[in-house]
Amino acid sequence: MAPEALVCKECDSSYPLDARYVCERCFGPLEVAYDFGDLDPAEARRKIQAGSRGIWRYADFLPFHERPRDPLEPGLTPLIRAGRLADALGLREVSVKNDAANPTHSFKDRVVAVGLAKARELGFETVACASTGNLANAVAAHAAASGVDSYVFVPADLEEQKLLATGVYGTKLVGVKGTYDDVNRLCTQLCETRPWAFVNVNLRPYYSQGSKTLAFETVEQLGWSLPGRIVGPIASGSLFTKLGRGFREWIDLGMVEGRLPTFNGAQPEGCSPVATAFAEGRDFCNPQRPDTIAKSLAIGDPADGPYALDLARETGGAIDAVTDEEIRDGIRLLAETTGIFTETAGGVTIAVLAKLARRGDIDPSERVVCYITGEGLKTLDATRDGFHMYEIEPTLEGFEAELEPVASAS
Amino acid sequence: MAILVKIPAQLRAVTDGEGEIEVEGTTVGEALDAVFDEHDDLRERITEDGGLRRFVNVYVSGEDIRFRDGLETELSDGDEVTILPAVAGG
Repeated sequence: MAPEALVCKECDSSYPLDARYVCERCFGPLEVAYDFGDLDPAEARRKIQAGSRGIWRYADFLPFHERPRDPLEPGLTPLIRAGRLADALGLREVSVKNDAANPTHSFKDRVVAVGLAKARELGFETVACASTGNLANAVAAHAAASGVDSYVFVPADLEEQKLLATGVYGTKLVGVKGTYDDVNRLCTQLCETRPWAFVNVNLRPYYSQGSKTLAFETVEQLGWSLPGRIVGPIASGSLFTKLGRGFREWIDLGMVEGRLPTFNGAQPEGCSPVATAFAEGRDFCNPQRPDTIAKSLAIGDPADGPYALDLARETGGAIDAVTDEEIRDGIRLLAETTGIFTETAGGVTIAVLAKLARRGDIDPSERVVCYITGEGLKTLDATRDGFHMYEIEPTLEGFEAELEPVASAS
Repeated sequence: MAILVKIPAQLRAVTDGEGEIEVEGTTVGEALDAVFDEHDDLRERITEDGGLRRFVNVYVSGEDIRFRDGLETELSDGDEVTILPAVAGG
């Protein structure tokens, strides 16, 4: 079992496994192709279960010949049966994959662990990224843990929590006065002249493979079976499409039986190029200028948009958008029914789940998995004014004066 | 009107290694056509049925031409037209 080549998703041209991401023939994106030989699924499952407590238990399905050294191994985050959330929405089986339980509190630890390991294998001494925040935290932390220099480029108007949780690791944090798409363009240009590994530019084919581990874990945590439907956020569409690739890879290899789940994508209305293209029946996305509280999803020109559209259509799913108010409600609903405090992207996902349930798209008997990709403490502003704090004197009378009327009224 | 067209590293094999090409043109489409006249192989790599392929982004002075008038976007003397891959990020 080994990675074989980089192959163009559009025209199938093949390239060596080095730092590149664009097909020189047609400009399409490159993906890692593997030779899994005659994999024995039973043996592979045994090896996984005896493996490490994180993503490297799936090393045979990642783009390395040998398992890399990783001081900050992410993954194997909880898959929680969310009975109270399901009840609230009139559904029967909903599970929440809580990927905030990673070293830097988002799913980005998975892709960065893979991208950084590849950067080191290829001999890079500096890593970099274009980020909406979570990736910034992850690159800075993993680079620090590995003793590698890093440059992190973000929109300068990012949430303060995400800036603080990046700067603390001693990275070179660069706030760009512009949108994420401006940051991304700048990094694409910088990538041509700097000898750096931009994890989501020139190493993107490897980096994105890390997201497959979310699908693998889901299958393993469901007792080696598939969900019927998944709901996940879409920014660039990379996570969404690689979840599809992970499930498909394991179905094709006989690691799990069944069919690809129905794929539901979630976007904020204030940045919904993929949901808009889905609604309008297009197979390409027109770029948008983002204006949303879900800054981690504020990518107006999504690289994997066309493939996300394909995946949703091919599985009978959809891509929906929700308002800022629905996002706040989604954060609260998840918190009040599961005890999980998610960031705005998770609010988008839960709000879309609620929308699908209201619309009657979900059969109550379906097994649904929602992907919560980040931590609520990183987007605190989104939860301000959502509750009331009683402020009292430190006396019994003070308590009774404020709280008793509430208690007796209820 | 003198326009500077910037060619990404991935396409320089078909521009004899040139990263910047100066051409004349009043719109993005005209400027690109002028570049294709000099380097014919470039045309099929980044265009399809008369339009840009879906993974090609073109910017005028840093702005995506899809926010303006696409290939019809008008140019001013000294403008820079930058071609970049659209498959990064996220």
